[in-house]
Amino acid sequence: MRKGVMRPGHIQIRVLDVEEALKHYRDLMGLIEVERDSQGRAYLKGWTEVDKFSVVLRQADEPGMDFVGYKVLDNQTLEKLHGELVEYGCNVEEIPAGELNGCGRRIRFDSPTGHMFELFAEKEQTGKWGLSKVNPEAWPRGLTGMKATRFDHCLLYGPNIAGTLDLFQKVLGFELAEQVLDPEGTRIAGFLTASMKAHDVAFIECPEPGKLHHASFFLDTWEDVLRAADLISMEDVSLDIGPTRHGLTHGKTIYFFDPSGNRSEVFCGGDYHYPDHEPVTWKAEDLGKAIFYHDRVLNERFLTVLT
Amino acid sequence: MPDQNTHLIRVVNRDQSFKCASDQVLLIAMERMCANVINVGCRGGGCGVCKIRILQGEYECKRMSKAHISDAEQQQGFVLACRVFPRTDLEIEADHYQPRESYYTNRDARKAAC
Ligand code: FES
Ligand SMILES: [Fe+2]
Repeated sequence: MRKGVMRPGHIQIRVLDVEEALKHYRDLMGLIEVERDSQGRAYLKGWTEVDKFSVVLRQADEPGMDFVGYKVLDNQTLEKLHGELVEYGCNVEEIPAGELNGCGRRIRFDSPTGHMFELFAEKEQTGKWGLSKVNPEAWPRGLTGMKATRFDHCLLYGPNIAGTLDLFQKVLGFELAEQVLDPEGTRIAGFLTASMKAHDVAFIECPEPGKLHHASFFLDTWEDVLRAADLISMEDVSLDIGPTRHGLTHGKTIYFFDPSGNRSEVFCGGDYHYPDHEPVTWKAEDLGKAIFYHDRVLNERFLTVLT
Repeated sequence: MPDQNTHLIRVVNRDQSFKCASDQVLLIAMERMCANVINVGCRGGGCGVCKIRILQGEYECKRMSKAHISDAEQQQGFVLACRVFPRTDLEIEADHYQPRESYYTNRDARKAAC
């Protein structure tokens, strides 16, 4: 049952060098640089996003992910879910409004897979970048690089995904859209949605807690994915794999790395989900095809290279 | 005369060597030579997969993830090959990354390939 969680709102990514990271997220991926805060964190967004920012880059000596935040309908929903998270047994912390520039009060909580998540109800709405609110044109001029349209989802690795999936489904009202089951019926991957998208967040079982596999950004067309691949070659960026198609969600994708080793994805297409849909199941024996639909072989990096 | 700016990198535990210019990092130089003596991951100092130990020679390092190279380890010559520029010929030892066995192992994944 949906509980008023609307969408992924932001991800804070740790990078070894913010200036280098900006060349990746702003110049290559085409995210819009919004501002810097007093801690030196850089704020960015995809041009179609109405809220002020969706990506925060923090300089640190260990790359990875600090937290992912989800936007909820309103403050009443935030309060209700706050209580339910406490009741569920999460360690919950309140982050005051303004700790992230332009973002309201956040409720931060931990999870069995070792990731930190947040809920928030309010963020300054600056509108789609470069477009007028009335009679908007199809796209703004002045976009750079891959012209990524929005922060779409992330894939996280950690132990006990059963626990985190339960938390997201029971407390936050996410639905299981896709899964990978091994021959004993153990779920080794779960793709969750709070919307019609095939995933708003995904988890894969792994012994190390709190790991980031990738942060993903949406493009409109396969042609855009191909163009992203061209840019990756032109700029000599560290490529992981692609362009190719996933079996899971059937999205068309390319994976590459930011200058600190965090994996990025840009993708287009993908299946849709309604609350009455059964989860789509892939067999663990066919994981190669589930992840890389064309090669039908997993590259070793997909399972082992994490930040 | 050997080129002042190109250095020979001997990988002692793999019994192989490759050349690396002083403005190149070891891992990229190795990949360019189509050699396969250091494991390749993110190429950005984040994942730890390319962890090696430098036994002999001088080098410079860009920032590396503390999760994989602690200060103490760095003192002992442990580095991430994707962040290291050679300043002299080097002797290195590859394969210092300890992959934690994943729940779903790579062996299974390879088996899954058709
Ligand atoms: S390849 Fe990832 S740290 Fe060097
Ligand atoms: Fe993805």
